[in-house]
Amino acid sequence: MAESALTNTGATLTPPAGWRGLVADWASDQRAFKNVSWGKAMMWIFLLSDTFIFSCFLLSYMTVRISTPVPWPNPSQVFALHIGGTEIPLILIAIMTFVLISSSGTMAMAVNFGYRRDRVRTAALMLATAALGATFVGMQTFEWTKLIMEGVRPWGNPWGAPQFGSSFFMITGFHGTHVTFGVIFLIIIARKVLRGDFDRAARGFFTSRKGRYEIVEIMGLYWHFVDLVWVFIFAFFYLW
Amino acid sequence: MPHAGAHAEAQRHPQARAHVEGQQHPIKLYLVVWGWLFVLSAFSYLVDYFHLQGYLRWFLILLFMILKAGLIVAVFMHMAWERLALVYAILVPPVAVLVFVAIMVFESDYTLLTRLLFFGTGS
Repeated sequence: MAESALTNTGATLTPPAGWRGLVADWASDQRAFKNVSWGKAMMWIFLLSDTFIFSCFLLSYMTVRISTPVPWPNPSQVFALHIGGTEIPLILIAIMTFVLISSSGTMAMAVNFGYRRDRVRTAALMLATAALGATFVGMQTFEWTKLIMEGVRPWGNPWGAPQFGSSFFMITGFHGTHVTFGVIFLIIIARKVLRGDFDRAARGFFTSRKGRYEIVEIMGLYWHFVDLVWVFIFAFFYLW
Repeated sequence: MPHAGAHAEAQRHPQARAHVEGQQHPIKLYLVVWGWLFVLSAFSYLVDYFHLQGYLRWFLILLFMILKAGLIVAVFMHMAWERLALVYAILVPPVAVLVFVAIMVFESDYTLLTRLLFFGTGS
């Protein structure tokens, strides 16, 4: 028993589940995350820190919106578009939401095909995800251009509280940057998948570690997080 | 006896065995979640489209937001199949943000009060 504990790293012994497992994992004086690789754990911890960054942005937006005596511009009208002679409220934001959710769906399927070692389908789905992400950024650029031409600046706008502009550019800009970097990394990983790097465990350029299909799931975690942040921005900034 | 219990747990939680090949779930599950995310997004858009106001609006916005976030984290990010040690390490710390929200609501209400007292009602 003691020998197996020394020679095995917990892969063959089945660790207890539930609350007992939680205590046992954290008290085991080895690694706390038993069946999660360091890459995946680090991505989760990075996402946790990113959660706090976006939380601070949304909190500062909440603070300026509550504390200003000037009326806040109505996002429903600010982000409305004239299509076919009628004004449709928030339509561009709604389309952007659907585009980003669809990209999350294709990403989830890419992870699945990755673990099935279906090289071509994984790469195709990742590239579809990247294309949807790029579409999202494109629509955001259109939205920024429209608002800037209408006179929205970080220090003022024609409709009400001047903090609207700074909150808008800060929050959506930081989110758009995340999407942009996600698209870049999606293309890089998709190229590796297509080249078969993870089938022959080719060593990575920076880390020199053997490539595994798990990197697709780690990439997926980041991408779903970007979608997750948009859920909160959509609710608090555009709908509230 | 504890070993037998652990073994039974492993039968019920296949992720303990799926160490090598990683997360494996049917594609259908992802498509169903995708569909639900579409429906929930459409609902939250309709909240704005039909100009619902007041507490009903805020309640519905938060409800659809939490449901969507839960689906993404649980299924798309596979949190539902992770061990509790990771789940709690990631999901408990953001609760502190809620405390921060409460603090800042007090703070901004006070700022608003002083602005109204010293600068009048308008800009």
